[in-house]
Amino acid sequence: MNFETILFYLFAAVTVFAALRVITARNPLHAVLFLVLAFVSSAGIWLLLEAEFLAITLVLVYVGAVMVLFLFVVMMLDINLEQLRKGFWQWLPVGAMLAALIVVQMVYVLGDKTTGAGMTAVRHAADYDNTKELGRLIYTDYVYPFELAAVLLLVAMVAAIALTFRRRRDTKTQDISKQVSVKRNDRVRIVSVPSVKKQEATESSAHVAE
Amino acid sequence: MTYISTLFPAYAEIFMLIMLSVILVLDVVVPGKTRTMTYLLVQVTLLGCSLITVATHEYGVAHLFNNMFVDDLMSDVLKLLTYLSVSMMLVYSRSYLITRGLFSGEFLSLVLLSTLGMMVMISASNFVTLYMGLEILALSLYAMVALQRDSATATESAMKYFILGAMASGFLLYGMSMIYGATGSLDIQTISNVIAHGTPNVSLLVFGLAFLVAGLAFKLGAVPFHMWVPDVYHGAPTAMTMFIGSAPKLAAFAFVMRILVETLQPMMIHWAGMLMVLAVLSMAVGNITAIAQTNMKRMFAYSTIAHMGFMLIGVLSGSIEGYGAAMFYAVVYVLMSLGGFAMIMLLSREGFEADNINDFKGLNQRSPWLAFMMMLLMFSMAGVPPTVGFYAKFSVLNAAVQAGHIPLVIMAVLFSLIGAFYYLRIVKLMYFDAPESHDKIYVQPDSALLISINGLAVLALGILPGALMSVCAVAVQQSLLLH
Repeated sequence: MNFETILFYLFAAVTVFAALRVITARNPLHAVLFLVLAFVSSAGIWLLLEAEFLAITLVLVYVGAVMVLFLFVVMMLDINLEQLRKGFWQWLPVGAMLAALIVVQMVYVLGDKTTGAGMTAVRHAADYDNTKELGRLIYTDYVYPFELAAVLLLVAMVAAIALTFRRRRDTKTQDISKQVSVKRNDRVRIVSVPSVKKQEATESSAHVAE
Repeated sequence: MTYISTLFPAYAEIFMLIMLSVILVLDVVVPGKTRTMTYLLVQVTLLGCSLITVATHEYGVAHLFNNMFVDDLMSDVLKLLTYLSVSMMLVYSRSYLITRGLFSGEFLSLVLLSTLGMMVMISASNFVTLYMGLEILALSLYAMVALQRDSATATESAMKYFILGAMASGFLLYGMSMIYGATGSLDIQTISNVIAHGTPNVSLLVFGLAFLVAGLAFKLGAVPFHMWVPDVYHGAPTAMTMFIGSAPKLAAFAFVMRILVETLQPMMIHWAGMLMVLAVLSMAVGNITAIAQTNMKRMFAYSTIAHMGFMLIGVLSGSIEGYGAAMFYAVVYVLMSLGGFAMIMLLSREGFEADNINDFKGLNQRSPWLAFMMMLLMFSMAGVPPTVGFYAKFSVLNAAVQAGHIPLVIMAVLFSLIGAFYYLRIVKLMYFDAPESHDKIYVQPDSALLISINGLAVLALGILPGALMSVCAVAVQQSLLLH
């Protein structure tokens, strides 16, 4: 077992542990932080696979941006932990049994038949540029899925706007065309007041309606 | 210029995307609550796409974008039917959505975006494209269900749909990654070549296949991955339920064909057994649970589950006839489901949902023509001759008999007999019971015309199924043989 294999198992163990803690952590804030840990250790596995660009993107985009936003959201929400965890212990035996069954089945199917024999890891020279290669593939062979990814983002944008945008009735906004087209008669009412009256009466002679 | 003209088979998708962007921008500046202008533009877009798809059909099988995209007869036929059912859904649901304040520009753009997703799925020739199309479709559907923000049930069902749909996508992706690990490719043709002629890691393939089938079953709503279907169908506004229950089933059929048949045909001994379990369970749970439902939308949800089980029988027969019959079944199902949900919307009015089975009581006295149309649709769903539902079931079972699945066929017949009960109960309520309300049913002229065509088509296709059946058979045959 060489150093790389040891590193792989280390990262894999940390990922699995962190993922488990995400769903078992009592505090949602801790759950989010464990998710960050899972992302970082997955990035480590990607680095072992010589996919530096993806590894760095995962850390920069997910850990750096998405998870920070996520943390804000979790901190702003008032989550009722009691209600959230209701029925957890009640359903745990069934869930655990099902999970164990799936694991047993997976081991049975894959078992020792899949030792990775016949598969060799692809190794590249030190000057191999991961980022350049990805860029080349995305803009040539994979240009169609790349464009579709853009459409997917458009869907997300339309959906987010459709679900959150609401026109409030009590907002104070300017209606420029209304302001421009207003006539003097709509706003100002000229009242003729006899000039012999007292001083304070003349001040309110020009009454502004609005 | 030359490069642009090589993209000709994909012009329908490109046109759709361009029109979609135009509509998104135009809708902001066009005033009005009924969005008539946007609505007409959407219909024009669908019509334009149909014309382009008919024109591209001349070219036979074409692969584009480095084999990511395929244009064959099956994709052309399925796309044309998708445009048709999306367009029908819009006609049916327009006044229903306007009275509920949901007929917004965002809704119409989401409809077009999901249509684009379906087109991508139907024409996919690579796992990446298949997945992208699926996600475009699914994300638009989640948003459409949640569009009725004031309704707690709609929001809840959107949430359920979203979480379970995300899990299904995870299953699919995991399965795809295993297939990639076993064969070293994501391209449908390359994978099937490696499996047929190379030395792939078979246990890894089977492992991936199990996850793929589970993901597909989730998306189709087959038992035991069906839990979301009744809740989503029930909770979503009826127009959205109609949309989920119609065109996406065609895309789902294409998805099954592309993954299981075109890619993993040599693995059929493995997936046919899995599909058989799914089919039997779906027919059993769907038909038996539907009897207990008093809500029309829930009943239709369980009926969908049962119908999907029937469609899977056609696929697992493993013959060209079987695939053709399954495609025919999917098309017929979409036609019936459009009509069924349209009926609920036609009987609904502002502040009232006709989604309880008792709302159909005595419909014959209130509107004999609508009752007759509903009877045709119910007969067709139950599989009563001479409606098309009978022929669809017959052709699927015929293919299964030829493949030697006799016990499966017997079970299918028994379960569809059980299923006939709840369809015929609706007919009984309409014709032999006294109506609960005597409110006048007002139907928009365009919906009235369309429901008449829809109902009569169910009858006409049942009497003369040959043309549609041969289109389905030829489409499947051509796209399988030339791959």
